Amino acid sequence: MQMSGAQMVIEALIAEGVERVFGYPGGAIMNVYDEIYKQDNFQHILTRHEQAAVHAAEGYAKASGKVGVSMITSGPGFTNAVTGLADAYMDSVPLVVISGQVPMSLIGTDAFQEIDAVGISRSCTKHNYLVTDAKDLPRILKEAFYIARTGRPGPVHVDIPKDVTAQIAEFDYNVALHLETYKPHVNGNPRQIKKAMEAIAHAKRPLFYLGGGVINANAAYEVRDLVHATGIPAVETFMARGTLSYDDELLIGMLGMHGSYAANMAMSETDLVIALGARFDDRVTGKLSEFAKNAAIIHVDIDPASISKLVNANYPIVGDVKNVVTEMLKLVTIVESSRYEPWRETIENFEELHPLTFHEDTENIKPQWVVKRVGELLGDDANISTDVGQHQMWAAQFYPFTRPRQFISSGGLGTMGFGFPAAMGVKAAVPQKTSINFTGDGSILMNCQELMTAVEKNLPVINIILNNNFLGMVRQWQTLFYDKRHSETDLSVQPDFVMLAEAFGGIGYRVSTKEEFDAALKDAVERNIVAFIDVKVERFENVMPMVPSGGSLFNMMLLEKKESK
Amino acid sequence: MNDNNERRVVSVIVVNEASVLSRITDLFSGRGYNITSLTVAPIPDSKYSRLTIVTSGSVRVIEQITKQLHKLIPVLRVYEHADLVEKEMALVKFPITENISDISAICDAYNGKIVNVGNEVVITMVADEPKRVDHYLEAIKKYNPKEIVRSGAVALER
Repeated sequence: MQMSGAQMVIEALIAEGVERVFGYPGGAIMNVYDEIYKQDNFQHILTRHEQAAVHAAEGYAKASGKVGVSMITSGPGFTNAVTGLADAYMDSVPLVVISGQVPMSLIGTDAFQEIDAVGISRSCTKHNYLVTDAKDLPRILKEAFYIARTGRPGPVHVDIPKDVTAQIAEFDYNVALHLETYKPHVNGNPRQIKKAMEAIAHAKRPLFYLGGGVINANAAYEVRDLVHATGIPAVETFMARGTLSYDDELLIGMLGMHGSYAANMAMSETDLVIALGARFDDRVTGKLSEFAKNAAIIHVDIDPASISKLVNANYPIVGDVKNVVTEMLKLVTIVESSRYEPWRETIENFEELHPLTFHEDTENIKPQWVVKRVGELLGDDANISTDVGQHQMWAAQFYPFTRPRQFISSGGLGTMGFGFPAAMGVKAAVPQKTSINFTGDGSILMNCQELMTAVEKNLPVINIILNNNFLGMVRQWQTLFYDKRHSETDLSVQPDFVMLAEAFGGIGYRVSTKEEFDAALKDAVERNIVAFIDVKVERFENVMPMVPSGGSLFNMMLLEKKESK
Repeated sequence: MNDNNERRVVSVIVVNEASVLSRITDLFSGRGYNITSLTVAPIPDSKYSRLTIVTSGSVRVIEQITKQLHKLIPVLRVYEHADLVEKEMALVKFPITENISDISAICDAYNGKIVNVGNEVVITMVADEPKRVDHYLEAIKKYNPKEIVRSGAVALER
């Protein structure tokens, strides 16, 4: 069928089953927006900033497991979106981001709103395309979706010049893809899998090290089966929260810089690391030479480049975690769970010695209390997003996660301003769950314009601002490592968050007692409109435990013991 | 694990398409890998090009380089050569006043010859292993070369 490039974009999105597009129009993408206007197959959600459009698409993708789609214009529209692309690239989020470009005849002339978009996105996308002829569009869009969702998922950027969206050409989306140079390895080598299972059967202190790849691969329930069938304890990375339920006896907790004592000690004492979809990030490993020093490593990952990148793997298995774990389960009878009983006891002792906790305060609200309280009140009924900073770590530490895709955060890039738009995307994907965004008084201002989107499109995200009048995480580092020189981190001068929310038609609550918090949360859930709950929390609370940057996991700064009042 | 910075030759077969070379060089600069030399030309009668990259790094870095190259969508194959035939070409321009027969004799020794004689200059070409090209360029220093250009290495597995 003959049609314009702009119509092809719409037809391709429909063929891909896209239900939501997050975007912001502008000159170079106008032909496509004209076609969006004429269709009602998918909903377009107009964000108020291109960065938020991409984060919202990320939230949508992370919560639903589908490919998120974002649409933006050339020049500043595109450059605003770059942070979102980089964020999605670091956290392996499947996205297709379509940008307009100046017409082909103007490319290279420093035209109005021209920037070398594919040049910029090359280093922060899985792949990118500059479309130079409308006849290539069906193939390119089909490849873009395929590449985004297969293998190690990631963002794919498609840059389309304005004249290409006007050009008429043949559209046939049923063409078979033949990407000779892209063939992800999804099935693990059976011999390696067998060897790995034998190593597990012979280990004394094995440990599952679960990463975000488990969630990306939709393998959490298979992993739960494997953990339970073997009786081997597990630690989760920040990105893997929710893989095991918080109350699972074999879940030790989160490891890494702000991981629990028991999780970090288990990693230091284990003799066999079973890494599933984890990439040995520096925030997880601490000092590499001391990381799991006496352990052999089984490393299952879809990305060969992640294996033996930082830590040498003794049993490298390239494949989709779900496929590999399914194969491992078939061999699980060779593993005798009782063998690990002494090891489980050792870990229990670690947990008793320094449990993950905080000091309650009767007068001030502790930020950790807020997280726990939301967990008590909403638990499984909420999806949790966060921004970046102390509140993010407290959310990861203290929220009782019960399922995969419940926790949506910016891990690799650490993008302040991620949480609110991402939570809108989460709400769009999973409307039946309450969408909570834990945020800070620093982060929330980096995309607070999205109040307008949330009001307009009825995306009732509840933003809980753990307000300590500080850029808290940086303040914590300054306190600990810069001799309390709190350079430019005092955020005492701040807006009235209640009025800010209300100015956009949302609702605001100011909270300084626990009773007020309970009432505010209950009211916000009931009223079902976008909300800011501004919670005054203890100013100088630190995230503990903490492995100082570059330190060894077993050398944690721990919560100071406190005499009972 | 060997942490010495060893010289390695990596060949990459890529789809001939816009910006594929930038993808390769961006990967090297973005991840802090070295490029000593890089040559690229289309493979006859195919839609592919072959790049020959001379790089250096520890065993782990070289392994990462090959894996990261593989991850790029338009990359078909990556060869990290162990046993290879490697050649490089050098063109050198000399003043015509230099001792041409000496220069010609040296070229002979390095698999080369005089390829152009003008009114004021002669141009020589040698093609040999990169190490031997180094030696050649050392040997001709006293004949006051005016300009030197090296092609970068190309290689084939034995």
